[in-house]
Amino acid sequence: MSVPILKQGDFLLASVQSALSDTDLLTLRDELVERVGRFRSTGVIIDVTPLDVMDSFATRNLRMIAHMTRLRGAETVIVGIQPEVAFSMVQLGLTLEGVATALDLEEGLELLKSKSATRFDYE
Amino acid sequence: MSDEGLECVPVRDEADIVVARQRGRTLAEHAGFRGTDSTIIATVISELARNIVDYASRGELCYGLEQGSTSAIIIVARDSGPGIEDLATAMTDGYSTGGGLGLGLPGVRRLMDEFEIESSPGKGTVVWTRKVLRS
Repeated sequence: MSVPILKQGDFLLASVQSALSDTDLLTLRDELVERVGRFRSTGVIIDVTPLDVMDSFATRNLRMIAHMTRLRGAETVIVGIQPEVAFSMVQLGLTLEGVATALDLEEGLELLKSKSATRFDYE
Repeated sequence: MSDEGLECVPVRDEADIVVARQRGRTLAEHAGFRGTDSTIIATVISELARNIVDYASRGELCYGLEQGSTSAIIIVARDSGPGIEDLATAMTDGYSTGGGLGLGLPGVRRLMDEFEIESSPGKGTVVWTRKVLRS
């Protein structure tokens, strides 16, 4: 099942609806990287709340999405990792190093807003 | 490594991975595994099934329950792929020949209570794992 991507102001919001196959993840990656350019987005939120499993493939691809969109000028925040999923990921040795995470959609939006506010400070 | 009474699903492509882990989770929850434990079991199935798709093209994932004074779930991944040349290295964190993170097998061993692997080059690989239900 493909992941719907909504445009919300300067940000893109991808809400995972159900278990993702590998193809769904790769499609999500390609679409986000393309839409960041089309909509000139500066931030991406991927909501993974319904995901009951994050295996090494899913983790690797989320990391790739975050790094690829950053190269295109947009920050990605992963939100909604469930407690059991976080536990299994740590036990398995999976990390989302270099990728911003937030508790939920609301926190993710706040994080992106504060990131875009500080962008000017660096420039 | 007895595997009588196990239910098996074929694993040939990535869609089978999702099916295998969903059926495994349902079985685990039916047996009484909750929350973190059923997530761990689904994650283990996902990693083992992915190994089959990535390295052996086809194989099967089998699961069964042990009921008795202690309940446990058995998960077996079997393929007739190329086998693993160097098992010791394959069990090392960070080692991968398939472009993955190299955490699959050592990670699965950490997540389960018991773990056995048999592999012969040219013949295939069998991974046998067991997790005990803790009340």
